[in-house]
Amino acid sequence: MSYSITEPTARVKWLAGGLVVAYALITLVPLLWIIATGFKSGADSIAYPPKVLFEPSLEGYVNLFTDRTRATPEMLEAAGPPQNWVEQVARDQGQVIAGPSRFGERFLNSVIIGFGSTALCMILGTAAAYAFSRFRVPLKDDLMFFILSTRMMPPIAVAIPIFLMFRQLGLSDTHLGMILLYTAVNLSLSVWLLKGFIDEIPVEYEEAALIDGYTRFQAFYKVVLPQAATGIASTAIFCLIFAWNEYAFAVLLTSGNAQTAPPFIPTIIGVGGKDWPAVAAGATLFLLPVMVFTILLRKHLLRGITFGALRK
Amino acid sequence: MAQIRIENLRKEFGSFTAVQSSTFTVEDGEFFMLLGPSGCGKTTTLRMMAGLELPTSGQIYLGGEEVSQRPASQRDIAFVFQMFALYPHMNVRKNIAYPLVSQGLPRDQVRRKVGEVAEILGITGLLDRPVGGLSGGDRQRVALGRAIVREPKAFFMDEPMGALDAEFREHMAGELRALHDRMGATTVYVTHDQLEAMQMGDKIVVMNHGVIEQFGVPQDIYNWPATRFVGSFIGSPPMNFLEFEGVAEKGAVEVTMAGLAMPVPRILEGAAGGLTLGVRPEHVSLDDAAALRGKVLAAEYLGTTQIVTFETAFGPVKARVSSAQHIPPGGFTGLRLDPRNITLFERANGRALLSEANQKVLRHG
Repeated sequence: MSYSITEPTARVKWLAGGLVVAYALITLVPLLWIIATGFKSGADSIAYPPKVLFEPSLEGYVNLFTDRTRATPEMLEAAGPPQNWVEQVARDQGQVIAGPSRFGERFLNSVIIGFGSTALCMILGTAAAYAFSRFRVPLKDDLMFFILSTRMMPPIAVAIPIFLMFRQLGLSDTHLGMILLYTAVNLSLSVWLLKGFIDEIPVEYEEAALIDGYTRFQAFYKVVLPQAATGIASTAIFCLIFAWNEYAFAVLLTSGNAQTAPPFIPTIIGVGGKDWPAVAAGATLFLLPVMVFTILLRKHLLRGITFGALRK
Repeated sequence: MAQIRIENLRKEFGSFTAVQSSTFTVEDGEFFMLLGPSGCGKTTTLRMMAGLELPTSGQIYLGGEEVSQRPASQRDIAFVFQMFALYPHMNVRKNIAYPLVSQGLPRDQVRRKVGEVAEILGITGLLDRPVGGLSGGDRQRVALGRAIVREPKAFFMDEPMGALDAEFREHMAGELRALHDRMGATTVYVTHDQLEAMQMGDKIVVMNHGVIEQFGVPQDIYNWPATRFVGSFIGSPPMNFLEFEGVAEKGAVEVTMAGLAMPVPRILEGAAGGLTLGVRPEHVSLDDAAALRGKVLAAEYLGTTQIVTFETAFGPVKARVSSAQHIPPGGFTGLRLDPRNITLFERANGRALLSEANQKVLRHG
């Protein structure tokens, strides 16, 4: 009996499809549960047995974005009718809104620090990777190893020296400090990844551009960058995911001004009882930017991961 | 278009010398071949001429101007790469237009010129296609289009046929030569394929280990090699070399090889010791009366001719003879070497000795 590679039959295809769907469900359920919990009322969120079908409520989101105080019926009476639906949701819980919460600020901090450090990391990383790939750099291999070695120590091991340095430099609890820190941590990964991508672009493209009358920078900008876009996009996703999710440094080095969302979200739990819908709402919103960014770049990401494998 | 003059050009990479003091001239409108085995420095020489490498020392004159330390973008030349180096993120039209856009030419002029070039190369129908899906030959044409569109001072080509398959190469070689004749552009072409060099070149430089071995028209290089290396690198099969100990006396018209008197062109430069007699296979004929004896080892049939290999006292000798002759393997026969077409080499340095026959070729080059 001889075997050959054949087109799978319809049954095999159905089976394979079924397996993929089953796997997707298993991995997606926790995510969907978080999203669902964000739209539950406080009572529904801790109901037993757990509720799959429920009356949607914006309680979680309102609580996430506001600070409230518990009020007696007399106080509610005195406050007059609610001004808008947000206040209505708070009143339904027997509370009045004292002001906006800090979640919006923290979220914005995350966006500024995450995307800022990713952008800086891409600019520096691409330039360094290009130089390492194209020029005769003295001690190239040793330098590349040194760059990689900065990644070898667990971040928390250097947390205290960094904390002290940041205090001296006045970088503690600043956006700039966090952007620099995340850039420094991510740079080794991005230089290594990007060097690999740039190595794969034949140098003849730039030489052709040089002969066609472009300067070296123009050749880099107009010929190398468009071809490295795939690598840059996938590297950017890795950097953003790290900076976005980073928790340890954020707890240690930020508090009032530059605190990011990850250290903030758990603090919601402590405010006025275990407010699971608000936590879930925060987690859902926190998930979105990375998800959107990844989906926007997914074509590049896929090509980036298979890059190299497909070249002859 | 322009004349290109190379003077004492030298390139070192660390302790390795890639090109040693090259000097040669490419005349205006010439199709010029840089030929040699891989690693001989021919590509480095071309890249220095183009400005992609800077020479360690020496001068490069392009149309009378010294350009050796100028960047490629300021030399006004075009380069065709072996892997073509078409910009993969642009379509055919944009690729060809790119050098014009960099000069800031108005849009309608760019359009007109690209159209003209596409017409010449027969790729008008491909202009709006992405370069990714093109065949090897079409990529080659687009690469040529990008080179000729700017009407540069000179074209440099680095093994441009290397990526094409054999049968198409033949066709493309003809197309390229026709294009050159039509445009009259000074062209420097790097190849390791001696047949390609002989077929297309007006003039050839043969390089080995960073040294120019010989420089001249294909016929001279083929008939009167300046060194043993040239004799063996050019020609298929290569020149025969018969090794012997003896004396080449100035003014003599024969040498004695192990007691055998061998007539040669009149010797103008004497030498003694280890010598090599070089003769091309087509100048070896079968003659039972000849004193040099050979045993037939094998015969390769090539259509009208055949290559017969003989074993002799001086090593194997190949002869190119008519296929009509039947030569059974194992037989013994006499071999006559045409005395008008013999070159003597000094074995120690591989240099050809001057004779009445080759002095014209060797004295000027």
